[in-house]
Amino acid sequence: MYIYSALRTAWLTFLHLFHATETVQYPEQKPKLSPRYRGRIVLTRDPDGEERCVSCYLCAAVCPCDCIDLQKTSEPDKWIPEYFRINFSRCIFCGFCEEACPTSAIQLIPDFEMSEYNRQSLVYEKENLLIAGTGKVPDYNFYRVAGVKGAGANAAPVDPRGLLP
Amino acid sequence: MTILLSLIQAICILLGIVILAALLTWVERRLLGFWQDRLGPNRVGWEGTLQVVADMVKIFFKEDWTPPFAEKKLFILAPVIVMATLLLGFAIIPFTPSIGIAADLNIGVLFFLGMTSLSVYGVVLAGWASNSKFSLLGGMRAAAQMISYEVFMGLALIGVVMLTGSFDMVDIVKAQAGLWFVVPQFFGFVLFLIAGIAEAHRLPFDLPEGENELGAGFHTEYSSMKFGMFFVGEYAGIVLISAMTVVLYFGGWQGQFLPPGLWFALKVSVFIAFFILLRAALPRPRYDQLMSYGWKLMLPLAIVNLAVTGAVILG
Repeated sequence: MYIYSALRTAWLTFLHLFHATETVQYPEQKPKLSPRYRGRIVLTRDPDGEERCVSCYLCAAVCPCDCIDLQKTSEPDKWIPEYFRINFSRCIFCGFCEEACPTSAIQLIPDFEMSEYNRQSLVYEKENLLIAGTGKVPDYNFYRVAGVKGAGANAAPVDPRGLLP
Repeated sequence: MTILLSLIQAICILLGIVILAALLTWVERRLLGFWQDRLGPNRVGWEGTLQVVADMVKIFFKEDWTPPFAEKKLFILAPVIVMATLLLGFAIIPFTPSIGIAADLNIGVLFFLGMTSLSVYGVVLAGWASNSKFSLLGGMRAAAQMISYEVFMGLALIGVVMLTGSFDMVDIVKAQAGLWFVVPQFFGFVLFLIAGIAEAHRLPFDLPEGENELGAGFHTEYSSMKFGMFFVGEYAGIVLISAMTVVLYFGGWQGQFLPPGLWFALKVSVFIAFFILLRAALPRPRYDQLMSYGWKLMLPLAIVNLAVTGAVILG
């Protein structure tokens, strides 16, 4: 019985010589990635070409590995990030930031080829992250939907001590 | 002059065997890859053929480490024994009617058995001299397995010797001019092949190495080229067992149309591929199962085969 099953499994294994291989020969042969693939993170612009990010900090708050760092500043009538950096040596490409973003500013794109020789080069600044287009959400403009243009954007920051009872 | 010529021939054959054994590391990985629906190493050189060179360079530049707790002399001697005995085993293989180091030795079969038995010493000494528990367990397993499978390996190929009436390998090949011995000695062939796999401690009988339970078995403590010698020795063992199977049961160099050397190479490569296929296909038996197969199944079968062959010859 053992002899039969041994010979049978050897024969079935031998037939695999004529099967197609599963291997994708990567650098020459690119893998097929879906448009929803979670790769490199970009910051998109709205249809008018303005930055979408309103520096609400939701992405930084939801990030499980704390790789997003940004600072809010304000232009007349709106909030924008003064700096926005993502440390890709910590990022796990979970896509939580994309889901948390109320303005569809932060998006993950199907690009994963971001190797660097220097670890410091993996910290992407805002100018590295910003792209020219709207990304996956073509027609959305947050301020137009919200109806207001950053009301009170330039008010003095809230003094937390003043809120105490 | 003839001495010089045969010396040169011997050196060429041995070098060829070592190079072939090294190349087999690549062949095995490629074939295993295909049998597992992968590609295997195909980057270095044409289709990965220079992988051997890359591996050799790597293994030569590794630190040649002798553990301080090891028995130094035996530790160094063990891989030499394994490699030397297996290479000496090739001395009696008749590659073609004219090529062969000492193919017409009148105790050829016994010489082969002796050399494979001696290679057990290398493995056992490696296990003992390493002075570590994994190595010792591997060495003990190797000793028990190889000695018990040696017994019926000898008994299995006595059938061929009885049919030929000679221990001489050239005579054995010539006796197969009409009919290959695989037909009258089919059970002998199967038993010899199984014993040969155990002798070369290849999967499914690689319990001396048993990497998932013993680290790497008897060569756990070895590194660099000393490990490389065990490695090349293992592949030389595969080539030796394949060549012996071909010579004893598949008519050696004999065949139609093609030159004898090519026939021999073809037959040997089929068996080498079969060895690799077994590695791809079969799981390893438990250790007590291995021993009971050997003593309770194979040995009685070998004796019955021997008795029936004897009865047929006499009757």
